Amino acid sequence: MEISLTVNGDTQSADVEPRTLLVHFLRDQLGLTGTNIGCDTSSCGACTILVDGQSAKSCNLLAVQADGAEITTIEGLAGADGLHPMQQAFHESHALQCGYCTPGMVMASISLVEEYPNLDADGVREGLEGNLCRCTGYQNIVKAVLSVKK
Amino acid sequence: MIPAPVGYIRVDSTEAALAALGEHGDEAKILAGGQSLIPLMRFRLAAPSMLVDIAGITELSGISVVGDTVSIGAMTTHSALEHSGELAEACPLLAHVASVVGDPAIRHRGTLGGSLAHADPASDLPAAVLALGGTLVASGSNGSREIAATEFFTGFLESALGADEMLTGIKVPVSTGGWSYQKFNRRAQDWAIVGAMVAEGGAGVALVNMGATPLRASAVESALAGGASSVEAAASAAEGTEPSSDNNGDAAYRKHLAQVLTGRALRDAGME
Repeated sequence: MEISLTVNGDTQSADVEPRTLLVHFLRDQLGLTGTNIGCDTSSCGACTILVDGQSAKSCNLLAVQADGAEITTIEGLAGADGLHPMQQAFHESHALQCGYCTPGMVMASISLVEEYPNLDADGVREGLEGNLCRCTGYQNIVKAVLSVKK
Repeated sequence: MIPAPVGYIRVDSTEAALAALGEHGDEAKILAGGQSLIPLMRFRLAAPSMLVDIAGITELSGISVVGDTVSIGAMTTHSALEHSGELAEACPLLAHVASVVGDPAIRHRGTLGGSLAHADPASDLPAAVLALGGTLVASGSNGSREIAATEFFTGFLESALGADEMLTGIKVPVSTGGWSYQKFNRRAQDWAIVGAMVAEGGAGVALVNMGATPLRASAVESALAGGASSVEAAASAAEGTEPSSDNNGDAAYRKHLAQVLTGRALRDAGME
């Protein structure tokens, strides 16, 4: 099926099988491998992207469902003037250990502070419940998110 | 995993969706937000031959309060329920329950109608609609009909919807009396191991994950109606339930939890 969508500001048209997961389309057809696949059970959040500005798990959507949507992946965040504020905050708080969960964490966090502007540390932890860090490096992730919302 | 090969039709009206269901019979499946269906397809636990995507039917989204009734379109997302000021005022239990489903990313895509039609006894929203004494509106080849929530859940992942029918809306009464949802789980974002829901000061009490379907705790409701205290009423919470045993807990543990959580929910809802 023909789909047409905007990915990181560029219009993309492609012919996809209806069963193609959005994450496979992004990684395999568009080469945007910054979005990781972690769990295969919609639990880990490593594949989190923004669909029309809101976080979504790209392993839990079909590419055909994203027809007409505006998608942002981790590759679309940094601009000519440097890193996105959330990326910068993760950098400054050293909010990663192995880094595998980081793209999903950053995307989920951008959506989180937009949706819930007044979160405290507990709220950030709860809001990121859909994103797992196998290194258990949550402390600095929470610190980074809180520093952006200030 | 990758789902089995499947066809896909996108429709922009209920009539077109029903026509597609009529053409493809029970090999077709309605795709709403897909947050329950796509995992099932990935595990090949579901392999429909045709998906009918109803996300484009704009009139199926929205919340309206008229008189004593809250009407919600089947495609309204959990996130929309969670953030609706109107719903928080008219039916705070439902708005709260929507806010504890899965995680934010799931709530952005998952829909109330999808969750109800999926009919998972471990899901939060079916028990909420049950506790509230809600009504489900279905459209089919013979027109539209209303199904009481108490008649809707017929078995594990099974509902009263016919193969030619789709859920279009949900109605719940305006309900501002004492309410609570006690969801017990060990892992963030997980389904409830057991949950207890109290609506309208104890007029409706429902249980999550205590059998093949979401359940009304009718023994608790009648005890309360007869003047029992929260402690006395909660003691009968496991009556008539047949919970499963799995790695989260055996049936006896779940029955114990049902009593404890119902007691907590009743007290949280303001009962002595």
